[in-house]
Amino acid sequence: METVYNISVFTENSIGILNRITIIFTRRHLNIESITASESEVKGVYRYTIVVKTDLDQVKKVVAQIEKQVEVLKAFFHSDDQVVHQEIALYKIATESFVNGSTEKIVREHHARILTVDKEFTIIEKTGQPEELQALFNELDTYGVLEFVRSGRVAISKPMKTLETYLKELEA
Amino acid sequence: MKIRGAEAVMQSLVQEKVETIFGYPGGAIMPIYDALYDFRDTVNHVLVRHEQGAIHAAQGFARTSGKVGVCFATSGPGATNLITGLADAMIDSTPVVCITGQVASHLLGTDAFQETDVIGISMPVTKWNIQVTRAEDISGAIARAFYIARSGRPGPVLVDITKDAQFGMVDFSYEPCTKIRSYQPTPVVDEQTLQEAAALINQAKKPYILVGQGIFLSNAEKEILDFAEKTGIPVASTLLGLGSFPSDHPLYVGYLGMHGNYAPNVLTNECDVLIAVGMRFDDRVTGDVSRYAKQAKVIHIDIDKAELNKIIKAEVAIHADAKDALQKLSALVNHNEHPQWLQQFRDLEAVEKSEVVDEAIHPSSDQLKMAEVVNLLSEKTDGKAIIVTDVGQHQMISSRYYKYRGHRNNVTSGGLGTMGFGLPAAIGAKLGNPKQTVVAIIGDGGFQMTIQELGTILQSKVDVKILILNNNFLGMVRQWQQLFFDRRYSFTEIVNPNFTAIAKGYSIDALKIEERNQLDEALTTMLNSKGAFLLEVVVEQEENVFPMVETGASVSEIRLN
Repeated sequence: METVYNISVFTENSIGILNRITIIFTRRHLNIESITASESEVKGVYRYTIVVKTDLDQVKKVVAQIEKQVEVLKAFFHSDDQVVHQEIALYKIATESFVNGSTEKIVREHHARILTVDKEFTIIEKTGQPEELQALFNELDTYGVLEFVRSGRVAISKPMKTLETYLKELEA
Repeated sequence: MKIRGAEAVMQSLVQEKVETIFGYPGGAIMPIYDALYDFRDTVNHVLVRHEQGAIHAAQGFARTSGKVGVCFATSGPGATNLITGLADAMIDSTPVVCITGQVASHLLGTDAFQETDVIGISMPVTKWNIQVTRAEDISGAIARAFYIARSGRPGPVLVDITKDAQFGMVDFSYEPCTKIRSYQPTPVVDEQTLQEAAALINQAKKPYILVGQGIFLSNAEKEILDFAEKTGIPVASTLLGLGSFPSDHPLYVGYLGMHGNYAPNVLTNECDVLIAVGMRFDDRVTGDVSRYAKQAKVIHIDIDKAELNKIIKAEVAIHADAKDALQKLSALVNHNEHPQWLQQFRDLEAVEKSEVVDEAIHPSSDQLKMAEVVNLLSEKTDGKAIIVTDVGQHQMISSRYYKYRGHRNNVTSGGLGTMGFGLPAAIGAKLGNPKQTVVAIIGDGGFQMTIQELGTILQSKVDVKILILNNNFLGMVRQWQQLFFDRRYSFTEIVNPNFTAIAKGYSIDALKIEERNQLDEALTTMLNSKGAFLLEVVVEQEENVFPMVETGASVSEIRLN
């Protein structure tokens, strides 16, 4: 059965490793729903959050093949209920749409925040889960959204074993 | 004292005890070739005729010697010509280090002359690759390359070195690589899984062992023998595992897969415990996986964790080096015998013998058949010659009828099925084990894919016996066309050149035979020849290889004719 899996990959900081990882998905014709990468809490170790829709059997094999890459320290997968996840979205709207007051109300109700106000445009930021980000978009769009961008998902798993513990095991 | 990056390459290779390099020079690797010039007394560089030849030779070298094969190529087309060999080495777990020249770093990404993104292109077909742009990074990269290529599940590694890095000056020091934190090549065997496996084996009524190339790669030939003899379990082999268990041993039951033996395929679906060691359940071995050994509890031992549960679900998956696992498992299992079970194999073997083998090796037809040639070669060499094959019918015939009894004497392209592999791989195989007779058994089609390597044999005086089984067809495809495409022989008939004349053009002695009564003497002449020899045997045009597990069929549905 296809469900959403959050794959977390910890890698060394080396050129090309991202490509090696994405090849594994491409070969199996698996579409990556979103991917984010940045340095983790351990200096020099990079963390990717990759979201895919697939079945359990497939995700197990993919994660095994990711972990097999020489420069991958560790890879895990979790279903949505095992992680806390967020995305961030930015919305650009015309500043004049604030004039009638309802845009402000929308921003307030959605717990979004205003990042920049320019004479012509205003940029609003919201973090949340895709439906929440979409809900804000839908309401703002009644006044016209000039631009909308959503980040990929970042996710942290609920189980407590830390990256440092794994690193210590690897270096033992 | 500072030395050039190019010399650092050579010094690093010397530190890794490299004595043989297969390669081809070109613009972007010229500084390395210049440095090589000073090492020509200590390092044997074999000039090939095409970079594909270099990497297949390096593969052949690695397969017979157990060492890492090394090749050099220049940037651009030199590097892209390595790709087929990298893919072959990747899927067949062969340790190879390729060093490629690259344009100067300031030209990277600019479409400079002979620039290609070899790192990007080779990524899916290398275990690891790296581009080096500074002289001071060369020795570290090469140290890692060798460590990664040979450890764990071996594989090909590519090190791409820009021309400015080759020219750069560096204080040379060499530190062999023994550990990479993100890479764990030697698994620690989980005792619990061994206990579970032993319990299954001790209770089994019809246990069955499948061995693959992992036995060679972990040097576990003795361990598998001890394990099988203690437990009395029959042993079958994959294509790449042939010879890892002696073919004349009473427990040996044959060759697995699409054109393998009858009994080991059929009885896969009757065993109760299947013990797979150092093999990966290729589809040519399993046939239809949904009807593969469903009745059996599977114990799978492999050093590559990603292979466990990839194709066949294992009741007990043992992530381990085969040697280590077998040693420990042998201590946990009981002495046993399975005479009735073994007899089932012998009974089916008798069926195959009367229905297929007898006619194949003693044909009633006038025309020579491939199997009788290989069978006689096997007898004459006592199963101990190094047999290198290409890909196709002759390959399946060789794996069926050559009785491998040597150590690492089976070199073939398994997973990738690379036509053109045979001739260059045989060159490497000979240099990897110079004392052994090397026979390259090749079809008329595949021979012409890398025929230029006859020049390498000429120049480097490589003593390779080339046995061409010529049916004037691309035989395996023709067989499939006959069986599955209504005999529509679409572009499989091949008009061949005069092979013996070509060989003579390269100063290689050659002989062509077409009659059965010439075969014995011709093989003797070939084997006794001093130096390289080409023997062309004209065989029946439309001979088919049987038995056969058709695509989509279960292994137990193997056809005898």
